[in-house]
Amino acid sequence: MPVARSLRNIGHRVVNAVWRAGFAARFFAMTLLYSGTSFRRFHLVVREMFSSGVMSLIIILVSGMFVGMVLGLQGYETLKRYGSESALGTLVALSLVRELGPVLAALLFASRAGSAMTAEIGLMKATEQISAMEMMAVNPIARVVAPRFWAGVISMPLLSAMFSAMGVFGGYVVGVVLIGVDEGSFWSQMQSAVDFQHDVLNGVIKSFVFGVAVTVIALFEGYDAPPTAEGVSGATTRTVVQSSLAILILDFILTAFMFRGD
Amino acid sequence: MSSQALVEISDVNFAYDSRPILKGINMTFPKGKLIAIMGLSGCGKTTILRHIGGVLRPTRGYVKVDGQVMHELDHDNLYRMRRKMGMLFQFGALFTDMTVYDNVAFQMREHTQLPEEIIHDMVMMKLHAVGLYGTQNLMPAELSGGMARRVALARTIALDPMLIMYDEPFAGLDPISLTVVGQLIRRLNDALGATSIVVTHDVQESLKIVDYIYFVSDGAIIAEGTADDIRASGEAFVHQFVHGEMDGPIPFHYPGGNYKQDLGVRA
Ligand SMILES: Nc1ncnc2c1ncn2[C@@H]1O[C@H](COP(=O)(O)OP(=O)(O)OP(=O)(O)O)[C@@H](O)[C@H]1O
Ligand SMILES: [Mg+2]
Repeated sequence: MPVARSLRNIGHRVVNAVWRAGFAARFFAMTLLYSGTSFRRFHLVVREMFSSGVMSLIIILVSGMFVGMVLGLQGYETLKRYGSESALGTLVALSLVRELGPVLAALLFASRAGSAMTAEIGLMKATEQISAMEMMAVNPIARVVAPRFWAGVISMPLLSAMFSAMGVFGGYVVGVVLIGVDEGSFWSQMQSAVDFQHDVLNGVIKSFVFGVAVTVIALFEGYDAPPTAEGVSGATTRTVVQSSLAILILDFILTAFMFRGD
Repeated sequence: MSSQALVEISDVNFAYDSRPILKGINMTFPKGKLIAIMGLSGCGKTTILRHIGGVLRPTRGYVKVDGQVMHELDHDNLYRMRRKMGMLFQFGALFTDMTVYDNVAFQMREHTQLPEEIIHDMVMMKLHAVGLYGTQNLMPAELSGGMARRVALARTIALDPMLIMYDEPFAGLDPISLTVVGQLIRRLNDALGATSIVVTHDVQESLKIVDYIYFVSDGAIIAEGTADDIRASGEAFVHQFVHGEMDGPIPFHYPGGNYKQDLGVRA
């Protein structure tokens, strides 16, 4: 009965996915519940911010620069057709602050820092470091997971702001320095068109939400990984795939709520 | 054995999935004693330690530590109980992202408000006790297996626990370190007034230091007694184990069907 078997397979997968989603939600709740230590001993968070945030900085800055340069080129080509090259600054800044900054920075963060988090926690579990911590009466969620979570959540908006800033600079280099768009109108149109609350703040909210999603997925996958080499490597892959999907889906939902009707 | 039991294991049964691992284990660990659990690889020794630590809950029976049933404690009380225990993991389980110093200092920093100078002195004393003074700035990856185990031992006794569990403390040690660690376990037990449980395969070394021995086979206790009882024991299993003989009631092979037939050998 191949039909029955494949139906059963599908059912099994769905049930499994629901179970895992439940575990992940519980894990997230525990992380929040045991976050006290992270704030009482903030140096734990700072250390993790260094290893996940600062280490992602280079790739974020370089990518931001290039994305901004591409935007400058493409934007100029398109705007020129309508004779509105002077709006190039607006186009570059809005695309970055609203969309590309938060989304691309989060995607890069997921593959650079998220995968590393999963691998690190998975290995800690495989080598019984997590069990050892539990036996020492130290809650691993409070000591290992929560500081990484907060480090990710704090780093993400900062990284995305830097991505956008680099992007604007890249757009400036291509648009103004290389192509020769008027510098004054590039900056002044940008300044008048970008609204702090509507554009910048919404971008920050987006990257905050992405930061939560990416770190929760990464930490949960690591914590839940089977304690073997294949287990950890599979979990690392799942982190990148799932957090990329989560970022793009969440981005659509958030955009629909934030920017409809204008 | 005496009534002053620190740990009491009563009729503990446990199964992973539906595969029974422990089948009605009864053990008593009196205060101040050093007791060994011996048995073949895979017989469930580590599983017993995990029950004492409250990591696993038995499907039947209970484990009492200091008068409290472990699997009935809530999170806070369980953690309070674990502060009084130390466990040396089979593979050390050192925190790989911290130096030797920070590993040994870990519990002192987590559980006490001691100033860093006192922690420093305590760490140096613990490292000195395991013969590794001078390694404090190394990372775990820079240690040999035996050194890592001794650092783990220093970390285990960091806060002078009342119950110390050692999972294979002798594995991978050279003969000198082996004697040193054996003596150390005995001395720590007596100096701290602690109770110690040593899980080991090393019959000769443990017969020298322990007060009492349990033999576990296939999830059940098949022999017990003091070191002298065990040495003198006429029981075939114990005799085979103590003298490391090939032939005896313990099969070396996993019950895996007909090997000869698999190789195509005709009888
Ligand atoms: N997480 C687990 N899931 C399923 N089975 C397990 C698990 N851990 C251990 N087992 C099984 O339980 C049995 C007992 O394991 P345990 O680790 O207690 O053995 P042990 O006596 O400590 O052996 P060793 O001397 O080799 O360390 C083994 O047969 C093992 O296959
Ligand atoms: Mg074991």
